Amino acid sequence: MNAPARNPALPAVAEVPAIRVAGLNHWFGEGEARKQALFDVDLTVRPGSLTVLMGPSGSGKTTVLTLMGCLREVQDGSVELLGHELNGAREADLVLYRRRLGFIFQAHNLHGSLTARQNVMMGLQVHGHRDEATQRKAAAHILGALGLGDRLDYLPGNLSGGQKQRVAVARALVGNPAVVFADEPTAALDKESGMTVVRMLKELGRQRGTTTMMVTHDNRILELADRIVTMEDGRTVKDTAP
Amino acid sequence: MTALLGALIGRLPIGWLQLIHSRTRLAAAMAGVAFANILVLVQLGIMGSLNNSILISYGLLNADIMISAENANTLTEGDNVARQRMFQALGVPGVQSAMPFYVATADWERADGTSTAFVTFGIDPEKGDYLDAGLAPFAPRLRLRDSAVVDRLARNMDASALETLGPDDPLRFEVRGVTLSAIDSFAAGGGFAGDGYMLVSDQTFHRIFPNRSTGAPDHILIKIAPDADPGVVLAALQAQFDGTGLRVRSFADAALEDQDYQTTERPTGLIFGFGVVIGVLVGIVIVYQILSTDVADHLAEYATFKAMGYGQSMFLGIVLEQAVILGILGFVPGIAVSWLLYEMLGAMTGLPVELTFATTAAVFVGTIIACLVSGAIATRRLAAADPADLF
Ligand SMILES: Nc1ncnc2c1ncn2[C@@H]1O[C@H](COP(=O)(O)OP(=O)(O)O)[C@@H](O)[C@H]1O
Ligand SMILES: [Mg+2]
Repeated sequence: MNAPARNPALPAVAEVPAIRVAGLNHWFGEGEARKQALFDVDLTVRPGSLTVLMGPSGSGKTTVLTLMGCLREVQDGSVELLGHELNGAREADLVLYRRRLGFIFQAHNLHGSLTARQNVMMGLQVHGHRDEATQRKAAAHILGALGLGDRLDYLPGNLSGGQKQRVAVARALVGNPAVVFADEPTAALDKESGMTVVRMLKELGRQRGTTTMMVTHDNRILELADRIVTMEDGRTVKDTAP
Repeated sequence: MTALLGALIGRLPIGWLQLIHSRTRLAAAMAGVAFANILVLVQLGIMGSLNNSILISYGLLNADIMISAENANTLTEGDNVARQRMFQALGVPGVQSAMPFYVATADWERADGTSTAFVTFGIDPEKGDYLDAGLAPFAPRLRLRDSAVVDRLARNMDASALETLGPDDPLRFEVRGVTLSAIDSFAAGGGFAGDGYMLVSDQTFHRIFPNRSTGAPDHILIKIAPDADPGVVLAALQAQFDGTGLRVRSFADAALEDQDYQTTERPTGLIFGFGVVIGVLVGIVIVYQILSTDVADHLAEYATFKAMGYGQSMFLGIVLEQAVILGILGFVPGIAVSWLLYEMLGAMTGLPVELTFATTAAVFVGTIIACLVSGAIATRRLAAADPADLF
């Protein structure tokens, strides 16, 4: 997408940002229990970059991620994802935008009745069922890259926690998402596969311009990040490039 | 199977995979659908046998028009018709002939304690043409006093004893103090009004039922002239008897109205109709329970699919896919067990129960529709799948 030689941390002048958040506020609860979780958050993310979001628990990292990922309705302020304004977007449009995203959750959230390969194929079939053979091959390929080539037809119940998490990563990445959202993915991955995933994401960023937003406290990942945004009490308090 | 369904649905058959992944749930659902099917089919079978048995009783006779009392809803119920009316009817243009028809039930009680209730038809032996073509030849032979032709399919009867019947070797038996000679037999079978049928002459009928007056038959049967227009003759007869408290109907209509009355107005018919409704409801509730539990158990998976960009139609598709699969898988054992029960019911009661293709097809379609209704209700739970809860 872009000249890979340039440092992706430095914003270019005429570039469409992958994500642009402006004046974002968010509240949870109703009436008396209503509590503000985000305060006037501004954030612009360059395509192809790996941004790490960190901060204490309850600081609003997950809330920001779900708002940017079309999983939660924007209440106040603006979130532009790949050039689309999410505030006030129709549900049908949100469904379409989600197809260009990849989510890596803390829990693997695999479907227990589908094999590893079938779970990964679900990440492709959202774009249509045509050519099942190709989809099977693509699923096998990415599972192989994540070291699961010999576990293709295993049900999640017969896989270890780390293996399940890698299947979930494969499912998120197999459809070539434009933006990947990962919320503490390394919690359930062992150190080595955690680094494999992050290197994969870096590589995808360089080759295909895949943008990654990741919540993590893992120091080794922080070193690989293009940018580190720190949150506290619903506000962004620090924004650095290592 | 998975590949076939996948090709059919155009995506991985997730509903099917979920179902076969929890075998207990699948078995419970299949049992539920099968149970509902059996309930419905057995009720329908009994209803059908009621209908069949009514048709059989009319089928023994052969007439164009029947004159009955207003409250005579069936062949055997209601008041009599004055024989006088027959002569009035004969005066109507287009009426070729008429026959007074007597019917009552007579018990043949045997020494061993068993008994057979014969629905006894008293007919004029000179008018064999009022009997079904197969029975017509018996009419002249009934002229002989106290002779009878009996139903070899009647309940509690030893059919083999009737096989060798003949004019020289009749079977003698006693009903209501009269010793009758069974000179021949025919095949009809028991219904709800009696265990079987018996044909006698009108004279013998009055010997068996001395309290019945010859001047008051149960119905008057009429045949119209071959060149007469049945509709015109019927209308003329209806006009003739207008205001007399009599019903004048074509014989075919009388049979249909009898069926209609017995299946929709009588408690027996109502109970079985109600049983069908209960069966359908039981099926819908069981399938709904199973499907909505399955949805509830997979909310996290569905939420994940929502996050991945799948739309509502795919989740509806999964639930309806499951509904149709359960319908088909439950129907197979349901129809098999019902068929067995039909055989047993027929053997035990002698009722004409029959599992017809039409019934089978209708129940199959009904099963699929009922399952889809259950599935449609169960999909309401899908709204609870919220992808924002996943992180
Ligand atoms: N679904 C929710 N309902 C109510 N409050 C919530 C919900 N999700 C998050 N919060 C609140 O919003 C704040 C930010 O939460 P979150 O974004 O999950 O923080 P983090 O991911 O940084 O730990 C916290 O105070 C949390 O209690
Ligand atoms: Mg969090």
